[in-house]
Amino acid sequence: MVRLEPRRQHSQAMVYLSPVLAILMTLFVGGIIFSFMGKNPFDALYTFFILPINNSYGISELFVKATPLVIIAIGLSMGFRANVWNIGAEGQLTMGAIFGGGLALYFYDSESMFLLPAMFVLGAIGGAFWGGIPALLRTRFNANEILTSLMLTYVATLFLSFLVHGPWRNPEGFNFPESRPFPDAGLLPVIYDGTRVHLGTAFAVLVVIAGWILLSKSVIGFQLRVVGKAPQAARHVGFRQKRMVWFTLLLGGALSGLAGLFEVAGPIGQLQPAISPGYGFTAIIVAFLGRLHPLGILFGGLIMALTYLGGELAQITLGLPNAVTGLFQGILLFFLLACDVLTKYRVRFGTPAAKGEAA
Amino acid sequence: MNVNLVKRTLAAVVATGALALGMGAAQAEEVKAGFVYVGPIGDHGWSYRHDIGRQAIEAALGDNATTSYVESVPEGADAERVIRQLAQTGHNLIFTTSFGFMNPTVKVAKQFPNVKFEHATGYKRDANVSTYAARFYEGRYVAGVIAGKMTKSNIVGYVGSFPIPEVVRGINSFMLGAWSVNPDVKVKIVWANTWYDPGKEGDAAKALIDQGADIMVQHTDSPAPLQVAENRGIVGFGQASDMIKFAPKAQLTAIVDHWDEYYVARAKAVMDGTWESTDTWGGIDSGMVDMAPYTNMPDDVKALAEETEAKIASGEIHPFAGPIYDQAGELRIKEGEDATDEMLLGMDWYIKGIDAELPK
Repeated sequence: MVRLEPRRQHSQAMVYLSPVLAILMTLFVGGIIFSFMGKNPFDALYTFFILPINNSYGISELFVKATPLVIIAIGLSMGFRANVWNIGAEGQLTMGAIFGGGLALYFYDSESMFLLPAMFVLGAIGGAFWGGIPALLRTRFNANEILTSLMLTYVATLFLSFLVHGPWRNPEGFNFPESRPFPDAGLLPVIYDGTRVHLGTAFAVLVVIAGWILLSKSVIGFQLRVVGKAPQAARHVGFRQKRMVWFTLLLGGALSGLAGLFEVAGPIGQLQPAISPGYGFTAIIVAFLGRLHPLGILFGGLIMALTYLGGELAQITLGLPNAVTGLFQGILLFFLLACDVLTKYRVRFGTPAAKGEAA
Repeated sequence: MNVNLVKRTLAAVVATGALALGMGAAQAEEVKAGFVYVGPIGDHGWSYRHDIGRQAIEAALGDNATTSYVESVPEGADAERVIRQLAQTGHNLIFTTSFGFMNPTVKVAKQFPNVKFEHATGYKRDANVSTYAARFYEGRYVAGVIAGKMTKSNIVGYVGSFPIPEVVRGINSFMLGAWSVNPDVKVKIVWANTWYDPGKEGDAAKALIDQGADIMVQHTDSPAPLQVAENRGIVGFGQASDMIKFAPKAQLTAIVDHWDEYYVARAKAVMDGTWESTDTWGGIDSGMVDMAPYTNMPDDVKALAEETEAKIASGEIHPFAGPIYDQAGELRIKEGEDATDEMLLGMDWYIKGIDAELPK
């Protein structure tokens, strides 16, 4: 008989091993699915996971795709550690794009070098503003932030839709719902010629480092962890939970807002009704894939981005349906959560041991 | 031995080279066509019909053509990468089948001057970028005529996607058709703010029926509104493809997108080396807009619908024939004139008599 036995302490080895195990098992099951679909599983896995990044352009696209995911996930992970469940990053991203992008549209013929930095600031403010509303509602009225942040997402996307259909519509655009293109001064410089890797990607790396320092070296990082793991102890020593709610929602909002601004000032170059294919939601998965740890999130973001790129190539070269991408992401999450069991439990074979022997 | 081997190898090399040269001279360029879809090919609407067109290329050109597609591509930063990947993987003809792919298409086209691009429903062209679209408003005029005859409550429910010119033009054309046979028809419009979301589309349809609509019209891509019509016992029109399987008792007709001939012609042009950048806007007469069989209606309505369809094809009826006033009462199209294509392409106003406000 196979049993699960609780561990006294979380297995440190398993904390790091379980994501690796999950990825290996995903590859294995994915291979089986491919062979059922009549494809050579090795070809398919190669197309999915190697082909997208076997040249420098592919790697650059991986970074472009992972950039918003990583930036948002780092912000969200801070809140998740403190039991603040910000589900509305998608809305905060949208507001960041509106605030920062709005500035670029207002100065649409500007050549000023100050335009871009000002857009960063406004993008962060826009996101923080949208994250601040659930914080206010939670701290003043004890309204559940899961619900309020999620609902505000729809408000933000509809607001963007209103703007690009109406007042911010490109006057030279035949009434189609899109803004003017941003001026060159309002576009993120490309770091590496011939690719789309932009300043935002470099910023994402900085965010990872800053997130790591914040969590492991600062007092507020310590407070975050205590509030999340032992709220009563936190209250006892006088950590104010309300402050944590404000801090994490504002930070998560600001980072999401910046991620949104990077999308519109980077690869897109204008405001349009659809600026994000759900980055704000996917980032939640990325945060957990990375165990809420900044470095883990960096890898989680890259792996998630790879599944999207691989899905596109699998369609082009193998004629596999797009649903395979979703399937892969689902299998990966499933195994990740399943493998989590191993950090808290030990697998034992045979009948239960006598008392005292259990370790 | 060695000499023999060298000789044989040389002979083989020469023969292969000659073969390759011969093939190059005798054969036209092979077509490798790539398609970018905004929805899943299983939407039974917009993307599905483009995929039927893709299959038509394979059927018509046989061994001379291969095709591939990428479905459900978001109209954001991802589109550019997908289009570029298609160009990089040897595709020499790329169809990008949604308005939101316009700027990425033009951008990638500049970097791949030898690849031909075909962008649906946009307005930006280049030496290697063509645009194409269909005059679906002609089909909507026919649908309007049928609705005007069939409605008893005189209320038509209209599920819109986004208030862009394409959709606004469709509403106007539909109502002009309806009023040509029944001046009492009123339209109620719900914006679903999506092209494809069966849940939202179905909810919009239910809300419209609850407000008394007995005819369902949709400008979204899933069969959901028509299915709701079927379940609630009213009738309506299919969108983009013949949806009779989803609503055997409810579908009156469907305005079918028919890209097959255009796609095959463009692929052949690439093969023959005669491809040029063009702007195509085909209507009922070109076959691009196709009416599904007229069903679930009395014979006299059917006859009227067929007559209207034929008259639009022959040019006897222009849906936007003046005088046409907008809601503010301003004369937009003068008596004796028809709307120009430019006016139709940028249409952002309702005609007089539509009791709704256009979202701005």
